[in-house]
Amino acid sequence: MTGSLTLVVLMAVMFGAGISIMLERSLTRVLIGFLLVGNAVNVLIYLMSGAPGLAPILGEGVDPDEISDPLPQAFVLTAIVINLGITAFMLALIYRSWWLAQLGAKGDLIDDEEEDLHDAEEAADLIRISAADDAAIQEIIEASDEEPDEDLEFEASARDRADGDDRTDREADR
Amino acid sequence: MTAALVPLVVLLPLLGAASALILGRHRRAQMLVSTAVLAAVVVIASVLLAVVDAGEPIAVNVGAWPAPFGIVLVVDRLSAIMLLVSAIVLLVVLVYAVGQGVADRHRETPVSIFHPSYLILSAGVFNAFIAGDLFNLYVGFEILLSASYVLLTLGGTGERIRAGVTYIIVSLVSSLFFLSAIALIYGATGTANIAQLSVRIGALPENVQLILHLLLLIAFGIKAAVFPLSFWLPDSYPTAPAPVTAVFAGLLTKVGVYAIIRTETVIFSEQDLSLLLMVIGGLTMVIGILGALTQADIKRLLSFTLVSHIGYMIFGIALGTQLGMAATIYYVVHHITVQTTLFLTTGLIERFGGATSINRLAGLLKASPFLAILFFIPALNLGGIPPFSGFLGKAGLFLAGGEQAAADPATAWLVWVVIAAGAITSLITLYALTRFWNMAFWRGREELDGYESVLLGSVLEAPEGATVTATKTTPRLMVAATTVLVVVTVLLTVFAGPLFGLADRAAADLVDPSSYVSLVFPGGVQ
Repeated sequence: MTGSLTLVVLMAVMFGAGISIMLERSLTRVLIGFLLVGNAVNVLIYLMSGAPGLAPILGEGVDPDEISDPLPQAFVLTAIVINLGITAFMLALIYRSWWLAQLGAKGDLIDDEEEDLHDAEEAADLIRISAADDAAIQEIIEASDEEPDEDLEFEASARDRADGDDRTDREADR
Repeated sequence: MTAALVPLVVLLPLLGAASALILGRHRRAQMLVSTAVLAAVVVIASVLLAVVDAGEPIAVNVGAWPAPFGIVLVVDRLSAIMLLVSAIVLLVVLVYAVGQGVADRHRETPVSIFHPSYLILSAGVFNAFIAGDLFNLYVGFEILLSASYVLLTLGGTGERIRAGVTYIIVSLVSSLFFLSAIALIYGATGTANIAQLSVRIGALPENVQLILHLLLLIAFGIKAAVFPLSFWLPDSYPTAPAPVTAVFAGLLTKVGVYAIIRTETVIFSEQDLSLLLMVIGGLTMVIGILGALTQADIKRLLSFTLVSHIGYMIFGIALGTQLGMAATIYYVVHHITVQTTLFLTTGLIERFGGATSINRLAGLLKASPFLAILFFIPALNLGGIPPFSGFLGKAGLFLAGGEQAAADPATAWLVWVVIAAGAITSLITLYALTRFWNMAFWRGREELDGYESVLLGSVLEAPEGATVTATKTTPRLMVAATTVLVVVTVLLTVFAGPLFGLADRAAADLVDPSSYVSLVFPGGVQ
């Protein structure tokens, strides 16, 4: 089997560069690394078809031994389509990851475990606080819904009768 | 006639996925389509299994292109068994997911995306099981992986994106390994057809064979989560929604195991890597289960037992004898159903108890005795308590190991070491699961605060298990689906005799690769 040395060198460079970029922490670089390695594999598949020949179309007067091997080309085409789909999904994922990370201003870096723990605690605190707020608001709403008249009286008797109406208005606004 | 049915197992789910996508706004129609499609595949797979087991394995040349030029779909006994089991599991989990989706319509489960992705995942799994050439197997893997990326990051919460990124990048690397292996194999032999490879690969120099063999094993080993390529699994599976985790745990790793079986029995039938596989199998069992011991969160615990029990199958493949293969096939069937059932039950526990950590669950036995039964039966089964199928599968594997040790005294000590590791792993699995049972079901609700126990001594709180979610209702449909699978696992025990006979016949095909070759090439092949 014969092959082109240029393609072999190209494949090797793409493999090397791609793998070293894939080891970075940034997701965007990991994706670029994946694209490089993926295309290096495509070049590898193409290399396996041996020496280039005529276009692989059988017709009159075409010697089957003279044409290129069409199967690796079909493999490469399929692989390219799959890579395209995966890349689109990865881009969406990276965007989502970046968007989520904006809260912590970390860009699209992969989080460390400890930072995760810290974030989880913060989030839990936030949820607890907002849940407490919700409960308080809910109480007020229920109280004002059920027995508005008694409430009014209670408010009025607790304060000076003069500014009683004012207070309940503000309560209702809340 | 039956040959026409074979492409349908891939086509129907794909068409179903398209219609489910179109029907995205009509929830009910969407559910109807996906359930009907998977039910149809269950029927087709049963017919195929019946026909194939009667002694007529099927090879279909798609588009009437003769092999090795066209795509060949092969259904022998192993493929038919895998098709039927996976179709049943996929259908039941779909019903479970429908029940869950109906119960809580909130933004974390966008059902309109779930159904199409789920059907595409099914198509990929089915395609991988019937692929007759390596490149078609690769396409099957990519179909199921792409769908699994979507399912794992469903809803796009921070936690799922983080887990999804690990999973996706590891899967991509494994796909690149696989594709490179295909390229090199094609370069070396001029074919990607599995049957033709079986004939041609023996002519290659020993070292070239070894490189190609190892490349394929690495690619499939990552998918099957074999130690040391299993690190990604316990990190990524537990964060997904319960039905998704259940299907991933039950099926996706077994697709890798299936590919390893084909690699060892058909493609590289002459090259013997059984020592390597045996060592890896033993290590996978022990290291996986030691990981499970330190987990408080039941989802992570089950993920580690999943890794650990892949080791049993690798051990069976390494033995390579007919009995070893038969036990492996039976074990694969057992493990698919039991592991899926346990994850479904965990989903119910999470909804009912509001948590998945043993530090936060208590008193479930009193609160819901039925749920306790649903957990208890598969847990004992996975732990290998007689008379359940887990015990039968392990007993079969150990028996095959004993025979192999007697036949080959040179490596007998290694076989016995791995059998011992398997027995210990089984006991530790039982310990980990009964500990969860004791904490979550047995102890009373009032003991929850400030509870001190020897059992909790070694347990670490997992970062993901920290937050307590609110309890939710458990819809009847979810409970019904789980019950059906529990019944299936019990049936595997009740009908163990006929099933083992079937597995034995499938294994007989496997140990003789020429039967596979003559099926694809009735007129012989170069």
